[in-house]
Amino acid sequence: MRFIDPHIHMSARTTDDYERMAAAGVVAVIEPAFWLGQPRTHVGTFIDYLSSLVGWERFRASQFGIRHYCTIGLNSKEANNAALAEEVMDILPLFLGKEGVVAVGEIGYDDQTEAEDKFYRAQLQLALDLGMLVQVHTPHRDKKRGTTRSMDVAIEMGLDPGSVIIDHNNEETVQEVLDRGFWAAFTIYPETKMGSERMVEIARRYGSNRIFIDSSADWGKSDPLAVPKTARLMIERGLPRSDVEAICYRNALAAFGPSGQMKEEDWLSQQPRDERLLYLGNSVLRGQVPRVDELPAIPEFDERRLVK
Amino acid sequence: MTPVEVLGGWLGVKLPESAQAWLANCIERCITGIADRDFYLLMSAVSRHVGKGPLALTDAELAAGSASRPGWDPRDWTLDQAVRVYLLCASTLGGAQCGVRLDRLCSAADIGELVAYYRGLPLYPEQPRYALRAAEGVRSNMRVVFEAVAHRNPYPSEQFAEAAWNQLVLKALFVGSPLAPIVGLDRRRNPTLARMLCDYAHERWAASRPVSPELWRCVGPFAAGPVLEDFARLFERGTADEQLAAALALREATDPGAARLLELHANVTRDGRDSSLAWERLTSTRT
Repeated sequence: MRFIDPHIHMSARTTDDYERMAAAGVVAVIEPAFWLGQPRTHVGTFIDYLSSLVGWERFRASQFGIRHYCTIGLNSKEANNAALAEEVMDILPLFLGKEGVVAVGEIGYDDQTEAEDKFYRAQLQLALDLGMLVQVHTPHRDKKRGTTRSMDVAIEMGLDPGSVIIDHNNEETVQEVLDRGFWAAFTIYPETKMGSERMVEIARRYGSNRIFIDSSADWGKSDPLAVPKTARLMIERGLPRSDVEAICYRNALAAFGPSGQMKEEDWLSQQPRDERLLYLGNSVLRGQVPRVDELPAIPEFDERRLVK
Repeated sequence: MTPVEVLGGWLGVKLPESAQAWLANCIERCITGIADRDFYLLMSAVSRHVGKGPLALTDAELAAGSASRPGWDPRDWTLDQAVRVYLLCASTLGGAQCGVRLDRLCSAADIGELVAYYRGLPLYPEQPRYALRAAEGVRSNMRVVFEAVAHRNPYPSEQFAEAAWNQLVLKALFVGSPLAPIVGLDRRRNPTLARMLCDYAHERWAASRPVSPELWRCVGPFAAGPVLEDFARLFERGTADEQLAAALALREATDPGAARLLELHANVTRDGRDSSLAWERLTSTRT
């Protein structure tokens, strides 16, 4: 089975993670622009970070046979440094049009302050102007209200709910998100957000329509194999395979595909695009093409390959 | 015609119609003086408008290209790359502005953009200005970016000081890139590089790792003294490709000892008289 992890901060992960993910069947990842664990103090560090998302990290992923996409935005935590946030807003347009940028994100509320609200709205406007999708981070604290508010503001600004992904859902938020026509993403965190066991129950109850899961693995204790592991549990608990595929692969593609930047053929073709670029660049006089490692075979569902 | 005019001519026939209108509008804005922010916005979205198909130049077009700019070889360029370079050249009034914009573009570039901007080096105004930028490209860990500077690009051989040039050649071997597509490879050979390459070969041998036969192409003219022992080793223990490389390299040596060694292994020089063709074939037969 193939998997997409539509929310994972690979910059903070090791090559071991990339290898294990590829071996477990993860073919594509989306890396939202986020904070780095402590607040940045200069716009230059934002520029370098965003550059690495569209540049080095994308290349690094390709070395492991994984397609890397990203979302670009000003995260809610750092929106609270209003002076710096204004500077960041000025440089976002430099990056939003780049290849592999599938949405404005992750944006939204953290403490639900005035500053967060201001920059959330400004970025929704940017998405409207550029015809882009939006990936919304919902807050840890006062979650239900924060999630409702995120959707209220998006609709008020004129966004189509079908072009907005509401992330980090739980049992308390999912019904409203689905009722209002947004995409509902769930982060599988063993402790704080949503465990695999709970996710199985949600899938049983709500089905697979407009629902998908991600790991949100970052520099904290988190699990980059959360998507394939949860898929295994769903299969073990008897969920239909087509539902599992939808929740762990197809729906993420359906949600982010309309960006025009993420296509299934990107990973179904045998070489990652960047390596093809090398091929293209040297096809005439060079037999000694750059080493392109065979992509790992997509494993049939085999739990022995997964670390429990 | 200037190379930028040549490039513009190609785009006029190779871009799909929808992209033509977009480009014409961009050029209009660029030549009448575009604000930095608008320029960067426009550049960030080039591939969304013109796609990434090959520029696909014919032999005649390639000949016209190198007639307008000696050493320019855009055979591998894609449409988006050509448009980026064209817009950057068209929008700038001189080297200073071009340099500033190039640095800014590179600071926020994705991989494909970096490749474009480095491939464009031979076309920018006031050529010596970009040597540090080019050396930065050589330092990249992304091989496709490194090769945008190193391969089919006359800029390094024209503008790099010896130390930077030698790093480029050595890095190509380190990352497994072929040497044959490096423009000016033979002309820029030097004794220091030959010494670095021999040291590198010894390191590889000590670790029982293979050495690219192409390496010896840059050593040949300086083959003398103890280096001849390396060549003797190639003849005695090397693969067929390594033996051929040794023979091709030694043909350019001036040391009498080199001539004697070559004489001893005259049977190896099975290939024709055109050395550079033989080197390229040597590259292309390697797996």
